Amino acid sequence: MAAEGKAIDALSQFELVPFMGALGESVRFSQSNAHMLLAFGLIAALMIWGTAKRAIIPGRLQALAESGYEFVHGIVEGQVGTEGKRYFPFVFSIFMFVLFGNMLGLLPYAFTFTSHIAVTFALAALVFVVVTVVALAIHGTHFFSYFFPEGAPKALAPLIIPIEIISYLSRPISLSVRLFANMVAGHVMLKVFGTFVVMIGSAAGVLGLIGAVLPMAMNVALVGFEILVAFLQAYVFAILTSIYLHDAVHLH
Amino acid sequence: MKKTIRIATLLSLVALPAMAQVASEHPGATSSAGMPQLDFGNPWTIAQVVWMLIIFGALYYVMARYALPQVEGVLAARRARIEGDLETAQAAKQRADAAMAEHQAATARARAEAQAAINAATQKAQAEAATRAEALNAKLAAQIAAAETQIATARDNAMGALRQVATDTADALVTRLIGQGDSAGVAAAVDRELAARGQA
Repeated sequence: MAAEGKAIDALSQFELVPFMGALGESVRFSQSNAHMLLAFGLIAALMIWGTAKRAIIPGRLQALAESGYEFVHGIVEGQVGTEGKRYFPFVFSIFMFVLFGNMLGLLPYAFTFTSHIAVTFALAALVFVVVTVVALAIHGTHFFSYFFPEGAPKALAPLIIPIEIISYLSRPISLSVRLFANMVAGHVMLKVFGTFVVMIGSAAGVLGLIGAVLPMAMNVALVGFEILVAFLQAYVFAILTSIYLHDAVHLH
Repeated sequence: MKKTIRIATLLSLVALPAMAQVASEHPGATSSAGMPQLDFGNPWTIAQVVWMLIIFGALYYVMARYALPQVEGVLAARRARIEGDLETAQAAKQRADAAMAEHQAATARARAEAQAAINAATQKAQAEAATRAEALNAKLAAQIAAAETQIATARDNAMGALRQVATDTADALVTRLIGQGDSAGVAAAVDRELAARGQA
């Protein structure tokens, strides 16, 4: 799987395979979906079972669940304001789902479902639809004034309006590609350096073993960096969702 | 640093499909050339999204319906508990302040009372001492007066006797000297003499 012949196979790790053989095959449930289900289970367990004791002085798990809650709550309240409380569960679910997807993917043998553009685009499209529906529900047709900032010269309308519309429509694309590209890049690099370790280590005897230390060290550093990226991308996804919600609620 | 890494990853993104193409001499059941993620003709890619929407929907439902209200409840309970504790502490402090003030007032009152008692006792003692001294003085004065009277009586008595003795002695001397007595003349002379000495 790692190295077939002389070439580096960095992309087969992204292939979808049926989960649990024929059972997964029958309902097209892939290992990617299994990881989503695992993320769902872990998030639910952390938030519900972790705070089940309702301790005044929290234990470790409860403190983790509470800090997750307060972290996302701070983002939503900071960006959207107090009206944002209605959308908090949505932003929280997005943040946790992306965060756990990114983090789970860093475990050995695990699959990173956020490395699939179909998944990240579906999430971004969901955000786009929710934001647009919220904006239309609050402002009605007045929402379309969003595409022409107040006070701009009327003569520039033919220029500004298409730009604003394109920028609005490109939101889900930038949102999804950012996450997708970050996760793919990280995992490709990990795989490439991991393959180097095996190739160099098995090639030239003792010298090869010594030489293999370098890509190995690189991979160690990369894993640390990827943990940062995993958190950062989840944060970026959540904060951009909050900013879009702010625009939807307040129109500029 | 982040920028350089991003550029490096972008470069590898461009370069790697080419490498992978060489590697994909053993195409998996689903992979054509290039990134499996971009193979939108693969039914598994679409199925993955459908399952994701179901799982994410379930996640949203569980979070919104159970998990987040529970965490919010825990946080609210803690906030209420902290506020309650602060209020209790405030009340306790006020009680302590009141007790302290009361204690200070009681101390002041006790001190004043003690001072008053001391003053009263001192005055009483002084008055008693004064009356006792007065009584003693009066008694001593009476004794002195009595003693003086006694002395005066004794002196008068002694003086009376002295006149008699002086008269008798002078009469006897006169009788011896001139052979005859002149009692009346002697008595008069003695009286005169005594009167002259202021001893009458």
